[in-house]
Amino acid sequence: MDPVSTTTASLEVSGLAYAYPDGHQALFGVGFTLRRGERAALLGPNGAGKTTLVLHLNGILGGGTGSVTVAGLPVGKQHMATVRQKVGIVFQDPDDQLFMPTVREDVAFGPAAAGIKGAALEERVRHALERVGMAEFADRPPHHLSFGQRRRVAVATVLAMEPEILVLDEPSSNLDPASRRELADILRSLDVTVLMVTHDLPYALELCPRSLILSDGVIAADGPTGDLLSDEELMRAHRLELPFGFDPRAVARTTHG
Amino acid sequence: MGAGHAHRLYRHGTSPVHALPPHAKLAAAFLFVLVVVATPREAMWAFAVYAVLLAAAARLARVPAAFLLKRLLIEVPFVAFAVLMPFVAQGERVHVLGLSLSVNGLWGAWNVLAKGALGVAASVLLAATTELRQLLLGLERLKLPPLLVQIAGFMIRYGDVITDEMRRMRIARASRGFEARGVRHWGVLAKSAGALFIRSYERGERVHLAMVSRGYTGSMPVVAEAVASPAQWRLALALPCSALVVCLLGWIL
Amino acid sequence: MHVPDGFIDAPTSAVTGVVAAGALAVSLRGARRELGEERTAPLAGLVAAFIFAVQMLNFPVAAGTSGHLLGGALAAILVGPYTGVLCVSVVLLMQGVLFADGGLTALGVNITDMALVTTVVSYAVFRGLLAVLPRKRRSVTVASFVAALVSVPAAAVAFTLIYAIGGTTDVSIGKVATAMIGVHVLIGIGEAVITALTVGAVIAVRPDLVHGARGLRQRLRLRVNGELVDAPEPAAVPAAARTSRRTVWLTGLVASLVLAGFVSFYASANPDGLEKVAHDKGIDTKAKEHASADSPLADYGVKDVSDARLSGGLAGVIGVGVTVVAGSAVFWAVRRRRGADVSPANPGL
Repeated sequence: MDPVSTTTASLEVSGLAYAYPDGHQALFGVGFTLRRGERAALLGPNGAGKTTLVLHLNGILGGGTGSVTVAGLPVGKQHMATVRQKVGIVFQDPDDQLFMPTVREDVAFGPAAAGIKGAALEERVRHALERVGMAEFADRPPHHLSFGQRRRVAVATVLAMEPEILVLDEPSSNLDPASRRELADILRSLDVTVLMVTHDLPYALELCPRSLILSDGVIAADGPTGDLLSDEELMRAHRLELPFGFDPRAVARTTHG
Repeated sequence: MGAGHAHRLYRHGTSPVHALPPHAKLAAAFLFVLVVVATPREAMWAFAVYAVLLAAAARLARVPAAFLLKRLLIEVPFVAFAVLMPFVAQGERVHVLGLSLSVNGLWGAWNVLAKGALGVAASVLLAATTELRQLLLGLERLKLPPLLVQIAGFMIRYGDVITDEMRRMRIARASRGFEARGVRHWGVLAKSAGALFIRSYERGERVHLAMVSRGYTGSMPVVAEAVASPAQWRLALALPCSALVVCLLGWIL
Repeated sequence: MHVPDGFIDAPTSAVTGVVAAGALAVSLRGARRELGEERTAPLAGLVAAFIFAVQMLNFPVAAGTSGHLLGGALAAILVGPYTGVLCVSVVLLMQGVLFADGGLTALGVNITDMALVTTVVSYAVFRGLLAVLPRKRRSVTVASFVAALVSVPAAAVAFTLIYAIGGTTDVSIGKVATAMIGVHVLIGIGEAVITALTVGAVIAVRPDLVHGARGLRQRLRLRVNGELVDAPEPAAVPAAARTSRRTVWLTGLVASLVLAGFVSFYASANPDGLEKVAHDKGIDTKAKEHASADSPLADYGVKDVSDARLSGGLAGVIGVGVTVVAGSAVFWAVRRRRGADVSPANPGL
């Protein structure tokens, strides 16, 4: 595919390096580009710096070197409000994400903070909840829901902001197989750019045509998910292991072939 | 603490008291207790009238008497104090059943018991008829600083998440054969408390990240509103107003 | 130890309510500085939830009895004095409204006593000791121990003072003080051990989280593609933090001076203590004029007592008022100097 110009790229990261205040350095010069509408997986072992990278995408972490650009906007103090509306992050623990007393208020939080009120706000909330199939739970307190339901509501809280790019941190963790499939169906039905941070390799293969491997704070590989998962040496070098009996080549033939 | 919407004292219902807006109820309960506290202790009849007023309100709210009375147990430490008062207070003394009791102390004991019990009953009635979420909205409507209400909201939202973490840590300790039996084991318990603090604080940081990721800049967007009509205010304030009349009579008579 | 309604008379409850409101206003500002403007609500909320939970953690003493943490000192040391006051106050507020634990009209008394005094006293002691002790982790634990040890009897003293001003029964202040302080010194020992152990446990894992142990930061260096690069300088927070720490010091000093003054004042008025219970029996009140004659509480005549109440109450109000005004004045000055007021305006609802 042709290289895309910066204006149409959803996300551009270049030369990103960062160390935490305690001195631990997590990123050592990360760079990649995501086209609009693309679904990509960010793979990597525990401690590779995945979460650190995610927190740079909407300017929560910063102060290191390098740059992040979202839909042509540089991430920095100047455009922070717009950037945070454009980058929707679904965090790993839905209990952290659902901090309001009811599902409705939680989904409304983002758009309300952006200044949307009244009927327009109601409509946003309803639409976002319908997209994840949770409309009838609007008045429930979040912790009365099952884990899978909470994760779906967490996705809705972000969708309500109508983001340019959806970033999911370990979306399949702690989900039973049915919830996992339901979430996959929801994600496939969305027409936004998706960056999925995970070490659930079959899930990445199922949902994302492209994968990036983040290892020791740098992008170690970037290519079609099926190819990366089939490269046994690459996988071993970065502590990535497929589940027992899982053959990416067979799956790739059926889904993408 | 129970679940987010319903806490330990809340009793679901559809009574007129349940339907009152939360800030009106909070104001009414607070004013009522204030009036009770300001009543002279010698006007014993006034406290009886207060009790009747509260009982009427409880009946209107369909809160059973046993429920209110059970919660009065929270007073017990102060009952002990009240029982001691007639013995330790000074002033004129009377002899009852061979015991020398201070008149002042007796009045003091009566004062603390009567006012304390009425105060607890009023608070229980408020908590029993008002949902948690509504209480927070009510506090906000009563012009408490929004930041304070936000903090209270987070405390409520995560109170049982944290308590649950504490419970899991206890189970984990017990599963490895540990049982705290005395001061020797405080070190282990304190380590759990320390771990709990770290977890709570880190969760706070993550919640903050989730909030700023959705555009939070320090103030909560207004999503829900509570409004009270004049009629609702009248109903809610009927209790403290009638109490005020009783209180004034108590001072005059 | 949540004071119920009716224990303290209405005027004193109102005054402590004003004090509590002032303390909350000051600590809301201070907490914003300690935690960061937009981090305040979630972090303080979670810390409040932690204090709420940890108060339910039972520490077995012996033979079936157990104690639990009050948490004022722990909160002050872990998250700073303003956030500490704020979190303990929110816990008290919620306990009053949700669980009928502590009277609604006694909220001011409870917040002043259990949130304000414990936190401010323990933090002042803590910083004072840290300034003297060598800069080691062990010192933090030792300072935590002493701070928590002092904080509980300090709360008892504060309660005794409030009781002296607005108590609804004529129990001699000496007796109340003896009983309260005696019991609370014992409780304080437990509090001190648990607080020190808990602070120690947090320091061992995340020393950066312990507010009282901050100040050992090093300049960061980043490695980018094998080269070492200096991290950009973070925003100039340390200067402001240092100023606010001085403010805390000053406020703590004023508060403890006021407290100390009152304690000695009342203590000297009532030199006799426990033996009174036996002594009182059948003795005419007039016979008790041996206490220092010029003290307003020496004489038990009705007129004198009410006068003493009035003067004591007045002095108390003035003292606390001065503390609050002085504290807020310093805050405003510091804030002004810092310039850029970022707090969002709150138009009335």
